[in-house]
Amino acid sequence: MPGGKERELRRRIGSIQSTKKITRAMELIAATRVVKAMQRANAARPYARLITSVIEDLAAGGAEVDHPLLRQADEIRNVGFIIITGDRGLAGAYNTSVIRTAERQVMAHVAEGKGYSLCCVGRKSASYFRFRNYRIDHAMSGFSDNSSYDDARRIAETVSESFLSEAVDQVELIYTEFVSMGTQRVVVRRFLPLVDTEMMAQEGSGSGREGSFEFEPSPEAVLEALLPRYTEARLYGALLDAAASEHANRQRAMKAATDNAEELITKLSRAMNQARQDAITTEIMEIVGGAEALSGSDATDAGDVETALASMLAGTDASQAA
Amino acid sequence: MAVELDVELVSPEEVTYSGSAEMVIVRTVEEGDIAFQAGHVPFLGVLAPWSVDVLRAGGERDTFAVHRGFVEVSHNKVTILSDVSEAAGEIDLTRAEAARQRASEALAADAEDAAAAAALERAELRLRVASA
Repeated sequence: MPGGKERELRRRIGSIQSTKKITRAMELIAATRVVKAMQRANAARPYARLITSVIEDLAAGGAEVDHPLLRQADEIRNVGFIIITGDRGLAGAYNTSVIRTAERQVMAHVAEGKGYSLCCVGRKSASYFRFRNYRIDHAMSGFSDNSSYDDARRIAETVSESFLSEAVDQVELIYTEFVSMGTQRVVVRRFLPLVDTEMMAQEGSGSGREGSFEFEPSPEAVLEALLPRYTEARLYGALLDAAASEHANRQRAMKAATDNAEELITKLSRAMNQARQDAITTEIMEIVGGAEALSGSDATDAGDVETALASMLAGTDASQAA
Repeated sequence: MAVELDVELVSPEEVTYSGSAEMVIVRTVEEGDIAFQAGHVPFLGVLAPWSVDVLRAGGERDTFAVHRGFVEVSHNKVTILSDVSEAAGEIDLTRAEAARQRASEALAADAEDAAAAAALERAELRLRVASA
């Protein structure tokens, strides 16, 4: 049946075209969001930098305390993991690469005979680990692309609590670091126990300010109030980085999808045009063939294809009249 | 012309305020109000939920409600780190009043309610700063 293949192709092109419209829209949305997310990540940087430099000054001021958040367990029995993924898919390898890294980490610790405790941030990691029957202790979601400081505080408090109650002896933070628009990488960072103040100071800008500080109420009290804020700020930074990475990944994935759709449309249009041309050619061939057959059988109008053609088009009984 | 202080109010989400001032008045957890002027010795303190006043040259004064945070002073630079800080002009009076009402009701119902007590403290601070 001529035209059947053509119609089929036309339908496919139509459906790809509407898919392309969707991916294109998602690409554009992700592009604006990634800019916003980057701005937020940049806006959060001064606070993180300053809180580190305050700790640095504290260390210089000789604050040495035995804060519970600094507790180094003699033997690590249970390890907590904070896994930051997105709530939604269609972001390329973004979610899977975080999840894969996390699962490898968990497996490695389990192989060493340690227990684990998962804190899944974002719907994707929670559903993955739930499906595979991992024990999830905390799951939070609903804010992956627009995290507020309150979200960070909630997570930090939950995790710190289980650390302080000695349910876990160590906490690892797994998230995607936003290096640049083109580069994001999954990183595993020690979240708790906090390394001692000297180390924190080294992590910071290392401005090496001298001077003896006056502390109020006391260096220990300042540090005590400061450490929870420090964990929150770190988590907040991680959340913002993850959000920016998610949008960047989604933008890239959707760009690739749009490009693919375009390519497919070009290919299919060619195939469709060819099918149409084939159908037309076949039809002409049939007509010509038919006409020639007619002229061959009818001696009076031999060679006059045009008449035969006309008579054939006029109807089936035209040849009988001739 | 006296040396001025560089003042920065920084919250995790943004830099709330940045500018120069002649004097900065804050309240620390234990020992009451403290004012900083240029040349102050390096200082690090935990702030009480209270107002922060920034006095600029020419007698202008900016007031902020700071709900919890730290102040660091070194090299004529005052840095105030805080989760929540609001400029007096940005405070929504009716909202703060409503929040105060709600919190005091919750507190009346349950005197042990720490969240309500904190909310009441915040609302009162907002009202005080905004009406100052």
